[in-house]
Amino acid sequence: MHLLAQAAEPLPLPHIDWRAIAPELALAGAAVVLLLVVAFWPNARRGVLAGLTLAGLAVAAGLTAWNWDLQRVAFEGAVSLDGITRYARVVLLAVGALATLMAAQDRGRGDPGEEAPPEVFPLLLFALTGMVLLAAASDLLVVFIALEILSLSLYVMAGATRRLTAEEAAMKYFLLGAFSSAFLLYGIALCYGATGTTNLLGIARASIDPTGDGALLLAGIGLLAVGFCFKVAAVPFHMWTPDVYQGAPTPVTAFMAAGTKAAGFAVFLRVFAGALGGLVVSWRPVIAAVAVATMLVGAGLAVVQSDLKRMLAYSSISHAGYLLVGVAAAATVPAGISASLFYLLAYAFMVMGAFMVVQYASRLGPSDPEPREIGERSSLDDYRGFARRHPWVGALLAVFLLALTGIPPLSGFWAKYYVFLAGIEAGLTWLVVVAVISSVISAFFYLRVLVVAYLQEPAGEAEAAPGRAPALGLALGLAGVLTIAIGLAPEALVSAARTAERILG
Amino acid sequence: MLLTAALFAPLAGAVIVAAVPAARAGLARWTALLASLVALGLAVALAARFRAGEPGFQLGATADWVPAFGVSYRVGVDGVSLPLVLLATVLTPLAIVGSWRSAARPRSYLALVLVLETAMLGVFVSLDLFLFYVFWEAVLVPAYFLIGSFGGPRRVYAAVKFFVYTLLGGLLMLVGIIALFWLQQRATGTPSFDYDVLRDFDKAPDTQRWLFAAFFAAFAIKTPLWPLHTWLPDAYTEAPATTTVLLAGVMSKLGVYGFLRYSLPMFPDAAHDLQPLLLTLAVIGILYCALVATVQRDFKTLVAYSSVSHLGFIVLGVFALNVQGLQGAVFYAVAHGLLIGGLFFVTGMLEERRGTRRIDEFGGLQQSAPRMAGVMLVITLGAVALPGLVGFVGEFLTLLGAFLANRAYAVAAVVGVILGAVYLLWAYQRMWHGPLEREENRAVGDLTGREWAILAPLVAAIVVLGLFPRPVLERVEPSATRVVEQTRPPSP
Repeated sequence: MHLLAQAAEPLPLPHIDWRAIAPELALAGAAVVLLLVVAFWPNARRGVLAGLTLAGLAVAAGLTAWNWDLQRVAFEGAVSLDGITRYARVVLLAVGALATLMAAQDRGRGDPGEEAPPEVFPLLLFALTGMVLLAAASDLLVVFIALEILSLSLYVMAGATRRLTAEEAAMKYFLLGAFSSAFLLYGIALCYGATGTTNLLGIARASIDPTGDGALLLAGIGLLAVGFCFKVAAVPFHMWTPDVYQGAPTPVTAFMAAGTKAAGFAVFLRVFAGALGGLVVSWRPVIAAVAVATMLVGAGLAVVQSDLKRMLAYSSISHAGYLLVGVAAAATVPAGISASLFYLLAYAFMVMGAFMVVQYASRLGPSDPEPREIGERSSLDDYRGFARRHPWVGALLAVFLLALTGIPPLSGFWAKYYVFLAGIEAGLTWLVVVAVISSVISAFFYLRVLVVAYLQEPAGEAEAAPGRAPALGLALGLAGVLTIAIGLAPEALVSAARTAERILG
Repeated sequence: MLLTAALFAPLAGAVIVAAVPAARAGLARWTALLASLVALGLAVALAARFRAGEPGFQLGATADWVPAFGVSYRVGVDGVSLPLVLLATVLTPLAIVGSWRSAARPRSYLALVLVLETAMLGVFVSLDLFLFYVFWEAVLVPAYFLIGSFGGPRRVYAAVKFFVYTLLGGLLMLVGIIALFWLQQRATGTPSFDYDVLRDFDKAPDTQRWLFAAFFAAFAIKTPLWPLHTWLPDAYTEAPATTTVLLAGVMSKLGVYGFLRYSLPMFPDAAHDLQPLLLTLAVIGILYCALVATVQRDFKTLVAYSSVSHLGFIVLGVFALNVQGLQGAVFYAVAHGLLIGGLFFVTGMLEERRGTRRIDEFGGLQQSAPRMAGVMLVITLGAVALPGLVGFVGEFLTLLGAFLANRAYAVAAVVGVILGAVYLLWAYQRMWHGPLEREENRAVGDLTGREWAILAPLVAAIVVLGLFPRPVLERVEPSATRVVEQTRPPSP
């Protein structure tokens, strides 16, 4: 009787707040349109598809601007519109646009198996939908759904070429990703068991309730952390990163490196610094330990790499470590949130720029007449004397790598500085000192690339020009200009990040 | 305004030089020279407007840069920094003239030299700690490429070693700067990187010691102070001659200047506590590097070690913590730049002629190149601190300062003076005197007009400043006095 009465009660349907998720809807809509275009017009030129994708992104950007001043929790607390959402939307849309430009570029004289099929454009939009939604999610179930949207699209994108390495990368990414999703789901279940809700606000309230089941909640938090650490490639859940980054087509790698990291850290911040801020004493030591391991393992292993893409993968692991310093600080120091967000923005452009240079070099074709198994030019030896033959792209490579090292006045320097500042404010000076040590180690491998590109004599004959690369050139120029401009005048973007320090929901 | 123009003139020149078409090497050279001369002219105008009796910062400029972080653009000079600014602006055009023929890929080389000049000037004139840090790290990049792209056979190793070593020191200093900023903000509530603000707020002695250590890491590596000097012989030896002139002549002063401007007035208690340690390190450096210099076969490496040994005197003067010592340190910094710069220039000229730097390959050069030998004699005697030449004034004042602080260090350092005379004069004797035995040495030509243009101003400065040090010293003194006053720990 009792049960029946409950069942008869109508399920409370949330008020549908279309405006709140307008950018996500636009992205998903554009993805569907592109999927149809690709299906019915298989021979469409890449330029057309890229143009449509960019149009979709532009609509989403316009809607983001329309929603700029919106500060509210929508869908009964499942989605929240606050500074993090807004900042992450801007970063992710910019990342999407750059990745589209990269994907729009033909392969030049590069390996024919290298060319990604036209389906990458709709997949890219789907992944982006997931990323943007992830950054706004304030319910663990929405977090899970968003994470799955982006992951499933990325699994396919990682294997989107006819190369064996790409397929291997996609398989590895898929298996490990599914594993981590299971962890995350189990964590969500435990959190629900401990608090009776999947809503972040509810969890926040329950977490400071002394009568609640603390042990169960902590176990759930631990599993959530495992899931997030996998997505942002933090040690010890980083094993997939080098293989996937190396194997996936370069535009996809760049998209993953910048986009997944931005979305992953946005949700990391929202869940840990926001909802679980009350439990900071419990989780901070763990996150700090993971940060130490991530910075040192990433930097240490990057030193011994002989492949540029692989090296950038390890470097991206160590950058995840710096970001984790920001997360560790964020619960008690608001600057930790804005520092992490600013870092994500600066990092997106420099790391994508570095991958753009790899793509540019790959278009020149194999550097030795014997084509190797991997169809790309990403071995360090391929870059011998690169800057002498391609002075402009070489100079951009130097800008990106010096920014990644954190040399002033480039964008990466301010990012590192801001995170260090937040860490010291939070009383984590020892962690900042470890970050400094890791930065010095990282100088070794970034410099190694510059040594090869600038200081060594070019090998062999100069390659024939592979034809113009307008899309890639535009992307390179944008990334370079942004990396320098953010370095010279970071004020506006730092202030914008500051407004994101208050987390809703 | 004048100062800002002087600071960025070389950078603007670098941009123009980089934009010159590759085929027009001559145009690139003249543009670079012109840019460096504009900077020199502006620096001279700055010196002319400088009011000698005032201890504080003058002729400055202030603007917002990143208010969100409390970072501003604030520059200015006082009696301590002005001589170093002049030194940098004098040596750069000479270095550009020096590389007139030798530089491969002149555009990149000259643009990098000019960027290096702006970065080094920025370190000397910044009055905002953040700005200071930015310039400090910005020095690394052009120096790295200058050593790594244009240097000798082991250039890549030397460049990477130099970069990583100095980056480590710089980042530790960054942690110190952030901590200082944060402490100040906690104490007063207003975020600021302003030099005066960060200097004047109260710091507990314990805190001071940690912060001193963080800044020390950067300055001691850059100077370099024994035992952190191991990057230097590689970098100086492998870098092209004219780059070495700038590295040894100007860049080595960045560390000394850092000690003087930051370590002492910001952390006075720590400076007094650690004075014995630093004086000991300085003396060890003087003696150790002098002994190592004595046994070198490569003249360039000999001069490199001699440079470190002489820098020990400057550090000795700084950490004497009295007016004589500080005044001497600044004066000797200028003298050291002129003298070591001259020695490296002549080394480069000999290398151009003979393709070697080994001391035993030379001998009797006085007969084939008498004028060069004469110029070299003046520079060498200046470097061994012959009275009447510029080195003497600096060495005397730093030793006097050390003597007043603690006799034992001065006595030990005097041994270094003697050793300096031994290895430099011995090398001079082996290279320039004696019979002209080798056929190749007969063909060594004397100074060309271009080389005169480099060495004549240097020799003139070495003699004139040696005889009339007064105009420099009286400008340095008020500021040096002020630094000493700021460094005096509050009486218990």
